[in-house]
Amino acid sequence: MGLTGSQILLESLTLEGVDTVFGYPGGAVINIYDDLYESSINHVLTRHEQAAVHAADGYARCTGKVGVAIATSGPGATNTVTGIATAYMDSIPMVVITGQVPTPLIGNDAFQEADMCGITRPCTKHNFLVKDIRDLAKTIKEAFYIARTGRPGPVLIDLPKDIQVATHKFSYPDKVNLRGYKPTYSGNIRQIEKAAKMILAARKPVLYVGGGITLSGADDVLLKLAEQTQIPVTTTLMAMAAFPQRHPLALGMLGMHGTFSANMSVTECDLLIAVGSRFDDRVTGRIDSFAEKAKVIHVDIDPTSIGKNVGVDLPIVGDLKDVLGKLQGCLGKKAELVEDLVEATKEWRTMIDEWKERHPMTYRSSKSVIKPQYVIEKISELSDENAIVTTEVGQHQMWAAQFFTFRQPKTFLTSGGLGTMGFGLPSALGAQVAYPDRQVIDISGDGSFQMNSQELATLVQYNLPVKIVILNNNYLGMVRQWQQMFFEKRYSQTVMELPIDFIKLAEAYGATGLQATKVDDVESTIKQALEIPGPVLMNFKVSREENVLPMVPAGKAIHEMVLAS
Amino acid sequence: MKHTISVLVENEFGVLSRISGLFSGRGFNIESLSVAPTIDSALSRMTLVTRGDDQILEQITKQLNKLISTIKVVDFTDGEYIERELALIKVATDAESRAEALRIVDIFRAKVIDVTPKSYTIEITGAPAKINGILELLRPMGIKEVVRSGPVVIGRGAKGVVG
Repeated sequence: MGLTGSQILLESLTLEGVDTVFGYPGGAVINIYDDLYESSINHVLTRHEQAAVHAADGYARCTGKVGVAIATSGPGATNTVTGIATAYMDSIPMVVITGQVPTPLIGNDAFQEADMCGITRPCTKHNFLVKDIRDLAKTIKEAFYIARTGRPGPVLIDLPKDIQVATHKFSYPDKVNLRGYKPTYSGNIRQIEKAAKMILAARKPVLYVGGGITLSGADDVLLKLAEQTQIPVTTTLMAMAAFPQRHPLALGMLGMHGTFSANMSVTECDLLIAVGSRFDDRVTGRIDSFAEKAKVIHVDIDPTSIGKNVGVDLPIVGDLKDVLGKLQGCLGKKAELVEDLVEATKEWRTMIDEWKERHPMTYRSSKSVIKPQYVIEKISELSDENAIVTTEVGQHQMWAAQFFTFRQPKTFLTSGGLGTMGFGLPSALGAQVAYPDRQVIDISGDGSFQMNSQELATLVQYNLPVKIVILNNNYLGMVRQWQQMFFEKRYSQTVMELPIDFIKLAEAYGATGLQATKVDDVESTIKQALEIPGPVLMNFKVSREENVLPMVPAGKAIHEMVLAS
Repeated sequence: MKHTISVLVENEFGVLSRISGLFSGRGFNIESLSVAPTIDSALSRMTLVTRGDDQILEQITKQLNKLISTIKVVDFTDGEYIERELALIKVATDAESRAEALRIVDIFRAKVIDVTPKSYTIEITGAPAKINGILELLRPMGIKEVVRSGPVVIGRGAKGVVG
């Protein structure tokens, strides 16, 4: 007497510590859902498979655990692809289980058949088609191991229906042995000593920190290292919450919509210490003038990230926690030299402070019309210290990165790499499932919100008190901004001509809808929303043609910014 | 610059598409690719020929290594190695050209493996340059078909590349 494939799956999930999965049933996973009916695993039914994957993603981003999503074969499975690609680009640990038609039918164009291993090959860290019940437990073990180790990422398990009903003796392997997968955790000490030397010799050093820092759980070590050496820290979109933005050493975000001080610091620095970041084109602008005066140290667990876009003087492959810890140790032994460094870089920090003062992150405030930046500032001010913020993609996302003062790691969940509109609401849903007692706020635009607005139903059904902020300008604002700046204001298909009654929409789902049209209403609306125990949608009618500034036009170097006047 | 890379992979479902997909998805080129299981039937060896500057080759090697199914990647270009390719060539022959065709086959130490009144099918093994050489000489007679395996390589000396 063994277990069925679907029982093996659920037992294995439990052994992996999974207590919550997000999903959507269908014909090819009906056996799994039958076993879920009596399982202790908590299943959250979203209203779309894409949302299930984003929810698992949000859950993973704020907990650090592996997110799990389930979808049926064919359209259910293809609906997960955007979610998987989003997680892949941001290196989020996730296991997605899709049903598949029975093995004898594979390749026959059977009903609801799609070649998921083929489709997801370029957007998963790895994927599996289980063709034999005897391989199932081992496959699940390997999937979780691959998802959470090294540079994390999504792993897909395609599970044919006949494997779900076949039976086999269940034994879950203790260990994984993948001869082709041995991530390097421990940084080479000689390289790290060289890095210490380069740091001590620098006069204008900058730490350029990416999402890897949070994935590695090295946020604390980074803070200590920065304070020990007094090296200023600029963070990518993915790392905004990894370093306390109130800190005097914080430069804010760099790149296309980065701060003046961050972009100038990178341009002028003599040592760029890239940590868990990957020189994305939105960060570097014109690549040949990015940090052109600097020697570059690049620390990353993924060797392919190093030297991909920018030449590196000192590569260090390893886990950031390990490498930065060792680096701190090296520097700790040379306390006097570190003191000299701090002294010798004083001038540099003064220069940076002048940049900060000359062009702070700012906008032209208004008394007559609600400025979107003002709404973000107010949310930042009125929300809890540990509130989790998610975003969709577009202007509101950039304003959130620019004007929200992030204070704790894992509190800013945003689609950085893929730039997926419709990510914010379902990922907020996932975060709220993970932390029912914390404030979770989805900062959204009227365009993005409509990409997954059906998830209001999920929020209400599970009583997830997510607060949704719509910065409503009746435009697809970011594209409109580009059309204004580079296409002579030819607003082709970016005008959202139909004004949606978002209050009624919220109410139709049983959520609360609030609206603010006047500047004076902003604060009270946010306060009211935060006090309501259930999900609330806040519709802010904001100034319509507001632009995200500073901005580095495409093809320009990052110091060639268009600044807010 | 041309590089010949040997990749040892898990001999499993879909592995070829992982490798070829990596190349097409990242815009790397493949000039030739040959695949077969090794003496350990759980492993396959792929030999592929690609072109690119040092930075691209570094990325290719790293990206190949990053695949979970990849066990070992060796770029033979910088070392001492032996390269061999098999070609089967169907050449048109008539009474006049038969003797000449046989002379060429002899010079290249190739073999005639099929004969019809109108054609020879020739088997030849060697470095790709040698195959290009015989093709050049046979061309005037009329080549009906050429099937090339793409090169396979092995390092010189006693040491073997295994998982």
